[in-house]
Amino acid sequence: MKPAPFEYHAPASAKEAVELLAELGDGAKLIAGGQSLVPLLALRLAAFEHLIDLRKVSSLRGMEDRAGAGAARAVWVGAGTTEAAIGRSRLVAARVPLLARATPLIGHFQIRNRGTIGGSLAHADAAAEYPAVALALDAVIETLSPRGQRAIPAGEFFTGIWSTALEPDELLTGVAFQVPGGPAGFAVEEFARRPGDFAVAGAAVAIELDADPDGGAGGPDAQVSRCAIGLFGLGTTPLRASAAEALAAGRAAGDLSTDAFGREIGQAAMADLDSVPSDRHGPAAYRKRVGAAMVTAAWRRAINEAVGQVVRYGHGETFGEEAARG
Amino acid sequence: MADIGIGIRVNGRLRRGNVEPRLTLVDFLRERCQLTGTHVGCEHGVCGACTVLLEYPDDADESEPGLPGGEAVRSCLVFAVQADGGEVTTIEGIGAGASSTGVRELSAVQAAFREHHALQCGFCTPGFVISVTAFLREHPDPTDGQIRDALSGNLCRCTGYQGILAAVRAAADGISTAAQETKHTQEPR
Repeated sequence: MKPAPFEYHAPASAKEAVELLAELGDGAKLIAGGQSLVPLLALRLAAFEHLIDLRKVSSLRGMEDRAGAGAARAVWVGAGTTEAAIGRSRLVAARVPLLARATPLIGHFQIRNRGTIGGSLAHADAAAEYPAVALALDAVIETLSPRGQRAIPAGEFFTGIWSTALEPDELLTGVAFQVPGGPAGFAVEEFARRPGDFAVAGAAVAIELDADPDGGAGGPDAQVSRCAIGLFGLGTTPLRASAAEALAAGRAAGDLSTDAFGREIGQAAMADLDSVPSDRHGPAAYRKRVGAAMVTAAWRRAINEAVGQVVRYGHGETFGEEAARG
Repeated sequence: MADIGIGIRVNGRLRRGNVEPRLTLVDFLRERCQLTGTHVGCEHGVCGACTVLLEYPDDADESEPGLPGGEAVRSCLVFAVQADGGEVTTIEGIGAGASSTGVRELSAVQAAFREHHALQCGFCTPGFVISVTAFLREHPDPTDGQIRDALSGNLCRCTGYQGILAAVRAAADGISTAAQETKHTQEPR
């Protein structure tokens, strides 16, 4: 028994949780899977007077296939959904492959059995996988506070070291991921000293091509309509490599699948970084070399998938609601 | 800080207690239930020695049931109050043909660990056995790469990893062979 004493609350609904947060003020902290928070408490790097456990708030769990405007689709993932449930989800594998591919890189399977997507985003570790995935996919983060609901674009969510746009009395309730309609490719690469460790550096790449939306592979002539590179372990927050993305926007996919372009975009993604950590796992210069290699590797896989892709993530079987234990 | 009354079914037996919220599940198991087979190593989620199986059967109706028999979790990263209403299986409950006091037969995983010298000092072994048991339930026919990945969340400081890998391989082969034989005997002739 190592943490400092605290009072324990287990509200049954999101509304109750938010009311408790507002009432208890600064001394209160939400706990979801606890896989980051409990170590901080055990090492007494953090202490709170009140822990508000979300385990009984079942509305925060599950995944849902949502129709959007026109042919657009989105996948909603409840904040309390465990990483293990996301990793097992056929819906996520079929519609949000970048999220599915990042999941096995998080911790170990015992950690993923408890850890949640909402917890990962709210904890906002700059070296974690899900925050970078949320950035690369322009996910929308949904919240609840006494003032009502709010939708925060991922690009505005991560504000500093372990800090986010969440207000002190605000609960992260879910994340919405847009599903691409046309040909697309996704890849995540990271290097860690041991399996399960936080990455020294990593990259999540999402590429969409502008092509006949009804079928067929993207092909080398299709132009890049959207591309995004999310970086983790390379700053005080997860980052987008905007200057590198600009190198690829609007260009024909065939020109971007060469080894030379892969190296170029890897270098470009590191060029503007100004807060790369230096620690016992490596100095900043080393992390940038690793980061460039991760961008290059992820870029190649993603562009090759987009060019050669036959299956479309936004098409095919429909999924209803997939419930999942948090 | 007020104590909280909880009830957790441990190895099939309901254990009640009034606990401080900061009491971890591993301390509840060891100190309140006298089930000291679950070891407490790093106490912050790194070493895996305290791994137990945890499930919430009451939640199963509304959600994906998780995995039957529970999921492997670090019991140092779960507060006992969070396991209230849940079911926990520890190393004491993993053997076959159990009674709460009598000696059980070894499970297939335990037997494979003995057979393949997959333990030296034994401190990490309960966590390994629990993790491997959960892993093989979900992946009855794993590749060697999957086994290595699954073992990465448990530390053995005697570095008996080669023996552990051999044991998991043997347990997996035994389990999948047994499943094949069952399947064959059930097929109409």
